[in-house]
Amino acid sequence: MNKEELKVRLEALLPSPTFEEGAEWTTAIVDPAGWEGVARHLRWDVGLEFDYLFCVTAIDWRTHFTMVYHLTSTLHRHTVIVKVKLDRDRPEIPTISAIWHTAEFHEREAFDLFGVVFTGHPDLRRLFMTDEWKGWPLRKDYEDPVNMIKL
Amino acid sequence: MIQEVGTTEQGELVINLGPQHPSTHGVLHLVITLSGETIKKVEPHLGYIHRSIEKMCESLSYRQFIYVTSRMDYLSSHINNHGCALCVEKGMQIEVPPRAKVIRVLMDELTRLASHQLWWGAMAMDVGALTPFFHAFREREAINDIMEETCGARLTMNYMVPGGVMADLHPDFPKKVKEFIRFFRTKIDEYDDLVTGNVIFKSRMEGVGYLSPESAVSYGCTGPTARGSGVSCDIRKLYPYEVYGQLQFEEVTATGGDCFARYMVRMQEMRQSLSIIEQLIDNIPEGEFQAKTKAVLKLPKGEFYSRVETARGEFGVYIISEGGTTPYRIKFRSPGFSNLSALDHMARGYKIGDLVAIMGTLDLVIPDIDR
Repeated sequence: MNKEELKVRLEALLPSPTFEEGAEWTTAIVDPAGWEGVARHLRWDVGLEFDYLFCVTAIDWRTHFTMVYHLTSTLHRHTVIVKVKLDRDRPEIPTISAIWHTAEFHEREAFDLFGVVFTGHPDLRRLFMTDEWKGWPLRKDYEDPVNMIKL
Repeated sequence: MIQEVGTTEQGELVINLGPQHPSTHGVLHLVITLSGETIKKVEPHLGYIHRSIEKMCESLSYRQFIYVTSRMDYLSSHINNHGCALCVEKGMQIEVPPRAKVIRVLMDELTRLASHQLWWGAMAMDVGALTPFFHAFREREAINDIMEETCGARLTMNYMVPGGVMADLHPDFPKKVKEFIRFFRTKIDEYDDLVTGNVIFKSRMEGVGYLSPESAVSYGCTGPTARGSGVSCDIRKLYPYEVYGQLQFEEVTATGGDCFARYMVRMQEMRQSLSIIEQLIDNIPEGEFQAKTKAVLKLPKGEFYSRVETARGEFGVYIISEGGTTPYRIKFRSPGFSNLSALDHMARGYKIGDLVAIMGTLDLVIPDIDR
């Protein structure tokens, strides 16, 4: 499916379709509450079949977080970016590790570095930092006088 | 805290492998649950070489951050640099001169060869054959010498910059590369004679660490790991960058899904890389090796994603720019991280001795996983 066809298809699928323009791939904005359902549709619906989640990351926008999911279908070779806006004080989002196994590690990484809580995650622990580490290093307001060098 | 050593209630033994263990090729720490000798669970503990490169990059300029990426997957440092340079060029809309494009592809393929050589030696060593390691390092030395002449470094090259490459090729480069190809063509057959057909080696590899194509995709595996399961995922073929679209080469896949299939994919990939280098070495266009760029690079507001095929799989660079001289956020999608996530799935049910073989065919580079 090309970019336009994909957009039409997603408009029918999403509860409140919003798109970001100007990006290389179709970029859809999804509500955190509806994300898990949308993810299942993206993975299993005939014609979409996004089976390969190649990048999961969070962005700290100081006022809110954005979770970014890059999805490709190895069958149809189309790509979509899904962005989910999260509250900065209570960053919670349902896990998708049961749909794409790779998400289990990627979500642990996002939890470790940003403090995003993935509800329903089978094993949400710190990944790179030690268990007793305080704070979320990749947040923009993170301060660590001992380990961090100001450049 | 999880239980790190001892016996569980079900009589299963919990043991630690690493972080200081030769077969983990770095500082990977695995907590393994065993029932007898059978693996029940493998849990990787990461972070022993976590340097928070993504955070560092937020305070480095678009020229500087590329140098840090050599320190992630140090065996594919050229290709990491390449991915970053491509992403900045995409944002700035810089057109790279033809000469630089060809030089980049040549360097990428030499890097891939060197990386696969080291993997081959280390892989054989993991399963108990020491001789191949010395053979592999002898041949890899020749590539390192070629790199040193042109790039000035042997491991962390930092040769690719936004707009092209940092310096022109050394005048001896084509001659030396041709010599190397002649030399290595005979050696790679020797590799096959020495290891590939070996009965003991085959019995350690065949039918071990099975990964189905569906699982490979679901775990986000890429590179030879996924191609050994028959998943077509070569970025050079699917989303050609630089001059890959004009070259004649095969995407090597195997259908076995076991350690031996992954082994064979890498062996064939070495031959493909040799063929790519042969196609290009006499056809390096004349002209500039670097496009004219401003001293201070500023990416427009927006987000840019570029992907390249390293020796381990798909390497992605995701830059979010606010229009300044430094990136607002950078995410590196490293192939090793996703490949490692499949280790638990692949190792369950096999014997503890097989784990080392499975890890060997994943070709893990720990700094690439930890970043």
